[in-house]
Amino acid sequence: MIRFDDVVVRYPRASVDALSGVSLEARRGALTAVVGPNGSGKSTLVRALIRRTALTRGGIFVDDKPVATMDGAELARTVAVVTQREELAFPVSVLEYVQLGRFPHLGAWHSAGERDRRAVEESIDAAGVRELRERRIDAISGGEWQRVRLARALAQGGSALVLDEPTTFLDVGHEMAVFELLHRLARAGQAVLLVSHQLNLVARFADHMVLFHHGSVSAAGTPDDVMRADVLERVYEWPLVVIRDPAVGAPALVPLRSR
Amino acid sequence: MTLARWLMLLASLAVAAFVAIAVGTITVPLSAVFDAFRGVTDSTPAMVVTTLRLPRVALAILIGAGLGMSGAALQGTMRNPLAEPYLLGVSGGAAVGAVIATTLGFGATIVPLAAFVGALTAVGAAFIVARAAGSLGDPRVLLMAGVVVGAFANAAIMVMLANAESNTVRNALWWMMGSVADATRTQITVLFVYVAAGGCALVLLGRQIDILALGEDAAAGLGVDVDRAMRNVFVVASLIAAATVAAAGLVGFVGLVVPHIVRAAGVRHHRSLVAGSAIVGGTLVVLADLLGRILRPPAELPLGAVTALVGVPFFLIKLRRLR
Repeated sequence: MIRFDDVVVRYPRASVDALSGVSLEARRGALTAVVGPNGSGKSTLVRALIRRTALTRGGIFVDDKPVATMDGAELARTVAVVTQREELAFPVSVLEYVQLGRFPHLGAWHSAGERDRRAVEESIDAAGVRELRERRIDAISGGEWQRVRLARALAQGGSALVLDEPTTFLDVGHEMAVFELLHRLARAGQAVLLVSHQLNLVARFADHMVLFHHGSVSAAGTPDDVMRADVLERVYEWPLVVIRDPAVGAPALVPLRSR
Repeated sequence: MTLARWLMLLASLAVAAFVAIAVGTITVPLSAVFDAFRGVTDSTPAMVVTTLRLPRVALAILIGAGLGMSGAALQGTMRNPLAEPYLLGVSGGAAVGAVIATTLGFGATIVPLAAFVGALTAVGAAFIVARAAGSLGDPRVLLMAGVVVGAFANAAIMVMLANAESNTVRNALWWMMGSVADATRTQITVLFVYVAAGGCALVLLGRQIDILALGEDAAAGLGVDVDRAMRNVFVVASLIAAATVAAAGLVGFVGLVVPHIVRAAGVRHHRSLVAGSAIVGGTLVVLADLLGRILRPPAELPLGAVTALVGVPFFLIKLRRLR
């Protein structure tokens, strides 16, 4: 479980808070989605969790333990994070890349053992990338790359998964595959925290939705609570309607033309 | 990498060293080389081996090993295939130190020390600039800081040499072209300590470098203390580079090209990459020094020029593969 408790982040030399008192919880067994316009603080939330950004106030807790007191490897063994950007300067094979997920379990000298190998193989299967195993990272498609990154995160073997826009650049099929996988992982007991711009997919798959606006939580609850035209119109500053998707029954946003 | 490949690398280094000991203006018969190794040094060829060739080859191995490891670690940490040991101001700072010492009329004992101090001062300055501009945890900032410090050092050298006597200019230039010709026991011992200790540290840091190579955010997510790990790599890599520069002047291209050669052989993990770059770097510098000695005897070509000449084809091949 990941809990953000009244988190305030202000970047050095900034005049406004990037996060101004955010509280939210990603429970085990649930898919929690954070949505909101560009620059609303979603990625800062993730960066604060992995301690790339210092908290001005508040606390972040993983299984009720303050993140600030955990060491890096301990945190990484519990929470796996798939960040928004990741550029490899020197390509490795898919297998080698997934193996890097075991880093927090290894000491400086200890090499990977049977448990590590098993965890890697299991996560390769879970993410459905077995056929890519020997391919090189720079020779796979964008959709495959996202699934491979997910496999690496699963190899960390934690109980929580945080993903910052994992379906950017993906086509409909690959996007659905990722959402279904995240849904399955949540059902299997993981605490999944997803940052996404795909409101309609989030509304279909998420158990809990949190809408960010200017660094604070503007609405939170079930998809039906959050996906309201008046709320979304104000936050996204764009005319829109929310309909009920006839095929799947979930609320769906339809943006209108500006004039 | 398989054991067989490691043995092959080591064997090629041994062969290169052996040839470099035997061949030169005076060709030493193999029996004399063995005599020298056994401590029988009463013949002239054996004397040549023990007093000239052996120290020279030993220094060449250490220079190549140090630059190779330093380059491998820096390329991974900075996620930049063009990163190299001299990047953080090491070369510029060392040159300034050496030129100051040369201009003041100091000789072979003081110049290396001055170069070492100059190199470390420059690296320190680059760190300070990077910290003032943002953070050490951003390789781009550090890279630019290194460029700034290097440019300043170059300007300082030009100013100093503009009005210097021609003899000083010549000496300074020779130093900048790199050489292992005047290897002394002290130089070899000191450099050995730096290369061995620094090498162990970089191999220990190897796993963290693998993770750093994913990018700072991803590395933080995997539990690496990004700022600290980067600082450790930069400090160790720069210390090794500074020690090599103090011992042999500027030997270009080795730190840049050697990690690429090792990578081309299929090595991806930085522990193996650092170790492999040590062996390949040693081999490359030994061969470059040998080439420099035998191409136009009795004149010697500057080592730094030969390493670049040997390195360029490798890079061209790599460029072709990138397409």
